[in-house]
Amino acid sequence: MSIKIENLSYIYDQGMPFETIAVDNISFDIENGEFVGIIGHTGSGKSTLIQTINGLYKPSKGKIFINDIDLTDKKVKKSDIRKKVGLVFQYPEYQLFEETVYKDIAFGPKNLNLKADEIDIRVKESMKLVGLDFEKLNEVSPFELSGGQKRRVAIAGVLAMNPEVLILDEPTAGLDPKARDEILKQIEILNKKKKVTVLLVSHSMEEVANLVDRLIVLDKGKKVLDGDVRSVFKEYELLTDIGLGVPQVTELINKLNLRGCNIKETVLNVEEAKNAILKQLRGDSND
Amino acid sequence: MIKTDKLNFEYDDGSFKLENIDINIDDGEFVVIIGHNGSGKSTLAKLFNGIYLPNSGKIYVNKMDTSDEELIWEIRKSAGMIFQNPDNQIVATIVEDDVAFGPENLAIERSEIRNRVDKSLKTVGMFDYINKPTTSLSGGQKQRVAIAGILAMQPKCIILDEPTAMLDPVGRKDVMRTIHKLNKEEKITIVHITHFMNEAVDADRIIVMDQGKKIMEGTPKEIFSRVKDVRNLGLDVPQVTLLAHMLKDEGINIDDDIIKIDEMVEKLCQLK
Repeated sequence: MSIKIENLSYIYDQGMPFETIAVDNISFDIENGEFVGIIGHTGSGKSTLIQTINGLYKPSKGKIFINDIDLTDKKVKKSDIRKKVGLVFQYPEYQLFEETVYKDIAFGPKNLNLKADEIDIRVKESMKLVGLDFEKLNEVSPFELSGGQKRRVAIAGVLAMNPEVLILDEPTAGLDPKARDEILKQIEILNKKKKVTVLLVSHSMEEVANLVDRLIVLDKGKKVLDGDVRSVFKEYELLTDIGLGVPQVTELINKLNLRGCNIKETVLNVEEAKNAILKQLRGDSND
Repeated sequence: MIKTDKLNFEYDDGSFKLENIDINIDDGEFVVIIGHNGSGKSTLAKLFNGIYLPNSGKIYVNKMDTSDEELIWEIRKSAGMIFQNPDNQIVATIVEDDVAFGPENLAIERSEIRNRVDKSLKTVGMFDYINKPTTSLSGGQKQRVAIAGILAMQPKCIILDEPTAMLDPVGRKDVMRTIHKLNKEEKITIVHITHFMNEAVDADRIIVMDQGKKIMEGTPKEIFSRVKDVRNLGLDVPQVTLLAHMLKDEGINIDDDIIKIDEMVEKLCQLK
């Protein structure tokens, strides 16, 4: 499923004294099956942007096409779009409400008037996709689970709608490193194996560096960078200026270069940093 | 400042227990407690503050026994607590009212409350927001207002339970800068619970919890240089520490207890 955003703006309280432009004339295309990271500081407009994509906010200006269907067209049924574009909000575990894990995940498909056996298949599949043990957990109350597990139940609830696009707003906020790595792994599998188009909103460059194909960086409502991960990380100074940290190793290489090293590669992770530094150290001693 | 003696604690439903914990935190120390979710670090924090009481063993806060009911308010006055979710800790609609809430409840004189509110807000760098509605603040600003509220009670120690977990990088930096300043300038003992390893590198000491037990304790260099042990617990080490280890394995002559970027830059430049 492809997404096309054209000159999109969203203005809160338009015409009021507290008018604020949250999204400022943004355009981009996302191809079917892409894994895109949307990065920005708090207040950069990333959450507003994704809520317009799912049809929750009506853009003040501009157009959104989902598979060539114009979302801003009044005749388009928003509910049809929402079935295709699944949105996982920040702290989605706060939205769990049912008595059992099964019922919570089944809530969406049930509202689609699906048959009981189809719902059953979807619940089982979704739980498997997020790495939850069906036999062990389906009858458990979601409120008895750990934070990381609760979040997976919430994500499974969205997956049970069989979305073609999955948008996640900071899915790892507040999780410990282990739970964080597990959830990111599952999202990666969804993208690679199930070919779901994924938009991942994050403010952690370290988190997205090894995960996504492409990064869109927002600042004060504007799109400031858009490209593959390596080309975005090259803009070290711009990223730091707008309050986004880069991974420690990227900063390290940058500082080494300021001290007279000549490392041309943009490194994304520790392994790459090791290789770049080894090359530098060993290369020099061969001179 | 805080001392536990063979502390044991179990939840009523038996779901989790802390076993035989001996911890001694000195006056003025900056201690970080790390461990993955469910390791017992938050439970420990709640025991330090007398929210939970031990099943056996003792906890002394500023030499006061937390199981002595008559001392509980004195204990909470000397050891203030900050929690993870900024929205759950703000009680008033205006910043200064929120900070004044604690001292007002201690029936402190009006002029003294004024002094304390102003001073606390200045210390955390939020004085410019004194008359602002609390709802207009960012997460990091709310956390700093919450810290100011604790400061207005003039505590000797502040226990922070993952105060940065819900913040963005800028909010996180501001909160960290604030608590380091409180430690250095106001000599307040800090117990900081986190799973961001980058927040632990400047601590005096790190305590690592796993499955309700204290399993490691030492300076940041001592802890993080045990890369394998730390990662086996499902925790991160700083990227530069991991890098130093990998370089050492490749035969490069480099210390394996590097924890900061600038340190790494110096070492590598010497090698060149």
